[in-house]
Amino acid sequence: MAHAHSDQPGGKYYIPHGSPWPVIGSIALFITVGGAAMWLNHANIGPMVMSAGLIIVATMFAGWFGTVINESEGHYYNGQVDKSFRMGMMWFIFSEVMFFAAFFGALFYARQLSVPWLGGEGVKIFTNLLLWKDYETAWPTNGPAAVGGDFEVIPAFGLPAINTAILLTSGVTITIAHHALRAGNRTVLNIFQAATFLLGFLFVYLQATEYMEAYHELNLTLSSGIYGSTFFMLTGFHGLHVTIGAIMLLVIWLRCLKGHFTPQQHFAFEAVAWYWHFVDVVWLGLFIFVYWL
Amino acid sequence: MSKTLKYSAVAAALGTLQAGPALAAWDLNLRVGVTELSREIYGLHMLILWICVAIAVAVFGVMVYSIVKFRRSAHPEPATFSHNTKAEIIWTIIPVVILVAMAIPAAETLVKIEDTRNSELTIKVTGYQWKWHYDYVGAGVNFFSTLDKESNAARQPNSGVAPEDVENYLLAVDNPLVVPVDTKVRVLLTAGDVLHAWWVPDFGMKKDAIPGFVNEIWFKADVPGTYRGQCAELCGRDHGFMPVVVEVRSKEDYAAWLAEKQAAASPAAAPAAAANVPATNLTIDGAIASVAKAE
Amino acid sequence: MSSVHSVSAAAADHAHDHAHEDHGAPTGWRRWLFATNHKDIGTMYLLFSLIMFFIGGAMAMIIRAELFQPGLQLVDPGFFNMMTTVHALVMVFGAVMPATVGLANWMLPLQVGAPDMALPRMNNFSFWLLVAAFTLLILSLFVPGGGPAAGWTLYPPLVIQTGNSLPMAIFAIHLAGASSIMGSINIIVTIMNLRAPGMSLLKMPLFTWTWLITAYLLIAVMPVFAGAVTMVLTDHFFGTTFFSATGGGDPVLYQHVFWFFGHPEVYIMILPAFGIVSEIIPTFSRKPLFGYDAMVFATASIAFLSFIVWAHHMFTTGMPLAGEMFFMLSTMLIAVPTGVKVFNWTATMWRGSLTFEPPMLFSLSFLFLFTIGGFSGLMMSIAPVDFQYHDTYFIVAHFHYVLVPGAVFAIMAGVYYWLPKWTGHMYSMTLAKWHFWLSTIFVNILFFPQHFLGLAGMPRRIPDYATQFAEFNMISSIGAFGFGLSQLLFAYIIWACVRGGEKASDKVWDGADPHGLEWTVPSPAPHHTFDVPPVVK
Ligand code: HEA
Ligand code: HEA
Ligand code: CUA
Ligand SMILES: [Cu+2]
Repeated sequence: MAHAHSDQPGGKYYIPHGSPWPVIGSIALFITVGGAAMWLNHANIGPMVMSAGLIIVATMFAGWFGTVINESEGHYYNGQVDKSFRMGMMWFIFSEVMFFAAFFGALFYARQLSVPWLGGEGVKIFTNLLLWKDYETAWPTNGPAAVGGDFEVIPAFGLPAINTAILLTSGVTITIAHHALRAGNRTVLNIFQAATFLLGFLFVYLQATEYMEAYHELNLTLSSGIYGSTFFMLTGFHGLHVTIGAIMLLVIWLRCLKGHFTPQQHFAFEAVAWYWHFVDVVWLGLFIFVYWL
Repeated sequence: MSKTLKYSAVAAALGTLQAGPALAAWDLNLRVGVTELSREIYGLHMLILWICVAIAVAVFGVMVYSIVKFRRSAHPEPATFSHNTKAEIIWTIIPVVILVAMAIPAAETLVKIEDTRNSELTIKVTGYQWKWHYDYVGAGVNFFSTLDKESNAARQPNSGVAPEDVENYLLAVDNPLVVPVDTKVRVLLTAGDVLHAWWVPDFGMKKDAIPGFVNEIWFKADVPGTYRGQCAELCGRDHGFMPVVVEVRSKEDYAAWLAEKQAAASPAAAPAAAANVPATNLTIDGAIASVAKAE
Repeated sequence: MSSVHSVSAAAADHAHDHAHEDHGAPTGWRRWLFATNHKDIGTMYLLFSLIMFFIGGAMAMIIRAELFQPGLQLVDPGFFNMMTTVHALVMVFGAVMPATVGLANWMLPLQVGAPDMALPRMNNFSFWLLVAAFTLLILSLFVPGGGPAAGWTLYPPLVIQTGNSLPMAIFAIHLAGASSIMGSINIIVTIMNLRAPGMSLLKMPLFTWTWLITAYLLIAVMPVFAGAVTMVLTDHFFGTTFFSATGGGDPVLYQHVFWFFGHPEVYIMILPAFGIVSEIIPTFSRKPLFGYDAMVFATASIAFLSFIVWAHHMFTTGMPLAGEMFFMLSTMLIAVPTGVKVFNWTATMWRGSLTFEPPMLFSLSFLFLFTIGGFSGLMMSIAPVDFQYHDTYFIVAHFHYVLVPGAVFAIMAGVYYWLPKWTGHMYSMTLAKWHFWLSTIFVNILFFPQHFLGLAGMPRRIPDYATQFAEFNMISSIGAFGFGLSQLLFAYIIWACVRGGEKASDKVWDGADPHGLEWTVPSPAPHHTFDVPPVVK
């Protein structure tokens, strides 16, 4: 195995050895999406196939990251590897930003163009006159055909505001944890890291109750026209990211407890922190454009 | 057989209607068309084509010259230069100038195309899988237009009928759209199921028909005749089989045709597809006025 | 066993010690399945891409056979639409993109003096995800209701009518997208973090530069595409109304999101091709690349502009006038940086000393034919005239000119350029020249008449057509069969070169000397080429 300890330049590059996890991961994802497709096509085994795939995916992540953690704790990695990981994580987060951009784009398009057009504003006056005569531009809206029936929206300054406070607080706690890690203060690190992931899960829990309320009391659903569509897709994908982020925070906390990371080298910690801040910033966008304005 | 009879009747009718120029094989270029806009578009097309040809002659000329003159056997010692700021500035600026020269007439034409004000006749066109519905707004005339029977029979897989034996194969319909000559016709486009696009090359006009939205185009044909086009947006299995046929007739012929149609259409028999069309012409006029004011 | 050696020492080492270069890397099937070596992964990408080129090409042959004469002879119209759709998806995401990724895998580490890609395991993941994606896509052709048939652009509402294959196709796109994103991250990190000491950004070879910029484009737009098809999925299965007016959405919204991805996507296919050609022309002109800085700047400008021109695919959707105006003007601007490139390549040949080996021949063909495709693109950017061109064979002709004798020829040029470096053998120059001449002649017979068809009014995506289009369609189909058969030669030449042949020297081409680090290492390049970073002056 070609493991190197010194930093480039001058020393050797680090080359990891081969690994079965990538192929396993590909097969697992193939099974997962294949199962999901079967499910959507109403094949009874769909959910089972998908679950099997997801279990392999989880195993793959555990195995792959486990290998990397061992290599890292075994001090195989040099500064250059650390930098590669950092850059990789940054660009991954950027790609996630662009994923959300697609849905924000849909939201802005609906609010600025398609809904006004349907209501007879702007250049598409005949759209309203010939097809949707009784429809008036409004936001929130379930469209000219009133898809999904009447609904109420969740006011910004209720649960969403509390959730905003929770996420912002978690952003502070993770920063405190980070400072503690760098100062070598493990107790503070462990406490504040725990606080962070607990706040994360609290957010997910509150979001879930909000969804329950939307579905059962407000009749606000995925099929409540364009408002419901953009609302649930944006908040839903965000919620999924918070869940993933909170799990990552939990794993990091467990690693902190095991004594991983040094004040100098703690890429995984920082990567998760960046990810968490990204989730935070997306939420602010949601709070402003989906709930508030 | 009644079927054959019907076929020959349709064929005969189409034969007499075909006044426009026959579409020739080996056509190389865009059609000039029969509207002011189509001629302007043709002019733009030729302008840009010739600009591109001129640039191509110059650029390809230099390339061919280099390939011939600077092949190793003729030019064994390569030069070593790798920059020439003056040349680089020149070949950045010249294209910009050319592009500006193209953009100005293009923008002018574009503005004209989008100006549907002062139309004299408004027709609502709805695309369905796979037929067109035409509605003379306010006139109480509307009908469907589908691929004519002869083409439809010939196009079946291994039908045994050679397409060459069918007149206007795939470009003929049962009920063409009829419009008066020298009249600014506004077409309001929408669709009932998926996207379609209404296109008559001789009018220089193509626009998407989008379910739930209405798009506008206009044309003013100045030569009577039959003009043929096709659906130009993939709309499923039979996308290739929903032609657009427009007959441009003299104003008198058109008036006679319309009167006949109106008489034939008993109000009770109006097809369901036209149900959501506003009852009077007034609404449309109001809209025209408001659009005009807004501009 | 970390003996430190210089580049030339590595060469000597290599000569008598084959085991050494492997560093205990897995052998047999494990070597490929568990691969972390950039060369192995590059090889797999290239092989995958060749297979996909043949599959996508076979579908194109079905299209051309049906269009050989008017009337429906061979396939059902629904199946024809499936072929059109899947042909394009396979060619774009399965053939051209993986081919350039394969070339990047092989060449970037050699060009920047790195031992491997920065994140080798993720590299392997990228590759195998692509296999999963295309297995899914190809399988989707065989499920009830048939494969996707709404065109590669997958426009709703039509795409919503797709049968059981809809979720499969969408998930395939998700997987392929994830693969591209990870591949791009790897490329960016390799270039930014693993360059040899002394190799500043403005010393990088152009292929490296174009790929760096391409990778940024990919990371920015693939997630947007994923978002677009996800909305299609929820519109179909979960009652959302993003693309339906009934709920306040708009089918045209999909087109905006799709083309925000789709337009940069076409530059994702062409920028690496630009890079390859920029490597080859100086080598065979025996002269440095003309205007290196301008080339880099032009590439970046094209990439930037590609984000603000997307709606030139949507002139007929009824956008407001201001939108049509903006997208027309911004699109026209792209001609300027692209022109700079064409002029710089020409100036590179000017007063050089040219020879015409297969890589150069394909590059020259690229130069002429891509430019023709660019001109037709410019014609379509003029919105009022595009109302006539849109959705006709004029466009089919345009994009095949930029994609086949454009991107594909550049890829073939790249393969012919670097193949001896990979295999250590020369290939048959005679056969490769045959391949070149047959391809160049037939590709024009195949695609040039399509300009006429489009102008005369033949719409695209139709299985049958009016009789006045018969002549040119027959010519085009004959060209297609000839072009397709010629590609068998390509496969044979590669196979023969891998099997054996005259030994290639380190620099392979006598003009190659100063044009890149790859020509300083042995042919074939050792498994981990730069164990120790070379120093670039
Ligand atoms: C590699 C792929 C590639 C490339 C490089 C391009 C390059 C360009 N394309 Fe093309 N295009 C496609 C792939 C590509 N395209 C595809 C796949 C489609 C169809 C998608 C679908 O609908 O399925 C399409 C469709 C398409 C359309 C939509 C047509 C329609 O549907 O109605 C338009 C419209 O503007 C367009 C324009 C352009 C322009 C202006 C360029 C420019 O970049 C070209 C610039 C180059 C030159 C101009 C030549 C060299 C320049 C000079 C020698 C300088 C001097 C020149 C002048 C001043 C004129 N393309
Ligand atoms: C990089 C992309 C790429 C490439 C390389 C190609 C390559 C080819 N394309 Fe395609 N094409 C697209 C991208 C591409 N295309 C896109 C994006 C569309 C639009 C789809 C849509 O509308 O949604 C399209 C659409 C398209 C159409 C229009 C279909 C329609 O509108 O209905 C046609 C028709 O002629 C066509 C033909 C061809 C041909 C003949 C080749 C040839 O170059 C292929 C040559 C290769 C081979 C033939 C394979 C190798 C050889 C063999 C397998 C041996 C056997 C050979 C014989 C039996 C002869 N393509
Ligand atoms: Cu209707 Cu195509
Ligand atoms: Cu484009």
